[in-house]
Amino acid sequence: MKRTPLYEIHKSLHAKFTEFGGWEMPLQYSSIVKEHLAVRSTAGLFDLAHMGELDVKGGGADDLVQKLCTNDVSRLVDGQVLYTLLCNESGGIVDDILVYRHAENDYTLVVNAANIKKDLAWVKAQNNTDSKITDDSENTTLIALQGPKSIEILNPFVPDHDVSEISFFRFVVGEVAGIRTAISRTGYTGEIGIELYVNANSAEDLWNALYPAVIEAGGLPVGLGARDTLRLEAGLRLYGMDMDDDTTPFEAGLGRFVKLDKGDFIGKDVLQAQKENGEQSKKLVGFQGLDRAVARCGYEVYKNGRSIGKVTSGAPSPSLKCNIGFASISIKTKKTIEIDIRGKLHTAKIVKVPFI
Amino acid sequence: MIPEKLRYMESHEWVRQEDDIATIGITDYAQSEIQDIVFVELPDVGTELTQKNELGVIESVKAAFDLYSPVSGEVIEVNESLLDAPEQVNDSPYDDGWFLKIKMTDPSELDALFDADQYQAYIEAEHA
Repeated sequence: MKRTPLYEIHKSLHAKFTEFGGWEMPLQYSSIVKEHLAVRSTAGLFDLAHMGELDVKGGGADDLVQKLCTNDVSRLVDGQVLYTLLCNESGGIVDDILVYRHAENDYTLVVNAANIKKDLAWVKAQNNTDSKITDDSENTTLIALQGPKSIEILNPFVPDHDVSEISFFRFVVGEVAGIRTAISRTGYTGEIGIELYVNANSAEDLWNALYPAVIEAGGLPVGLGARDTLRLEAGLRLYGMDMDDDTTPFEAGLGRFVKLDKGDFIGKDVLQAQKENGEQSKKLVGFQGLDRAVARCGYEVYKNGRSIGKVTSGAPSPSLKCNIGFASISIKTKKTIEIDIRGKLHTAKIVKVPFI
Repeated sequence: MIPEKLRYMESHEWVRQEDDIATIGITDYAQSEIQDIVFVELPDVGTELTQKNELGVIESVKAAFDLYSPVSGEVIEVNESLLDAPEQVNDSPYDDGWFLKIKMTDPSELDALFDADQYQAYIEAEHA
């Protein structure tokens, strides 16, 4: 298993570790619930070094990125970020990513840890331009600071920018605690927050600079356990669970990130047809459990005695104090589903997403 | 600290004997490993349990964990307060966080379980 540049720090903080996408990542430091609630009320500091960064640069990069993405990259100005899907020719989702536009023909694609190799191969295979594609994942560490106090915690470390002035899904490059950093107003928690991209060699220095200020403000270091419950409450899908190569954006409930009017892109024909005929074999819905038994990923979903799909993500919500999740189901239903939890059917109601 | 007078399973349940009545819970070590307990699924009063067979399930935020019965016998009481306050298992694993009481069919089954010293050695080895 790969270890992040911050592994020794996590060990000194007595983190429990878990395997994720081939990485040995902190699962939790104190308790998932405490870490989750710290992000909702104050702030949390995350090591996300496992995420991948692919640079696409040089003549034709604009065209290549636009062709790869379902969302409209041509709308981006320098310093802007876009959430988008990469689809295959069948409309299945290769990955869900963030596109950072540095300048004309100069982008970074931030991809899921488990997909780095797949995405790199995919992007290279689609490249018929002069742009160069570089996997910068090993050199780049992503540290996230998320929560309502994150910006006031970060601001004193940033001499050249007022972080509160950076709009949502924008980024600037500047110094944080004397370390050159891309400061991005993005996140995966449903809270205000910042994601910081630094050279892996400076990752420990950046973490060590921010950590005391986070603790001082009442925040906590946060592991992947709470990252999962935070993103779930916020209605954010996780690649590999809520979507995969055989799921289209519409089937994952991500149709708003597909811009069929933007010109040609990979998967467009299939997606256009699916949008027009409304025929999809499955649909992602949010559900809320009505009792304490927890419906988790992989559990079978039933309606009127017939299997209609599976739970793709499910967990107790620390903020709502009830069980929530996503299920991928094959029929249209707006009221209730039943979920097989250890051989017993438990009723769950379909609810609107985001859950919070 | 591991209470002296209890017996322990490899799967981290403890059992307290009073005559032929066994009270069952999970150890402090187990609750600290599981963390954030949100639900405990226990059998109904009257259920017959067999030693080392499944007794119920603990759910944490992250995962579900099976529970095993340290002894054979009939469930005579269940800690109903865990339904509304499962966090008692985290806060007080040896007292308020008990799960159920069993009327044992064969108290000598307890001899096959770890004593406190053996359990201590076992978790040290597991953690090493």
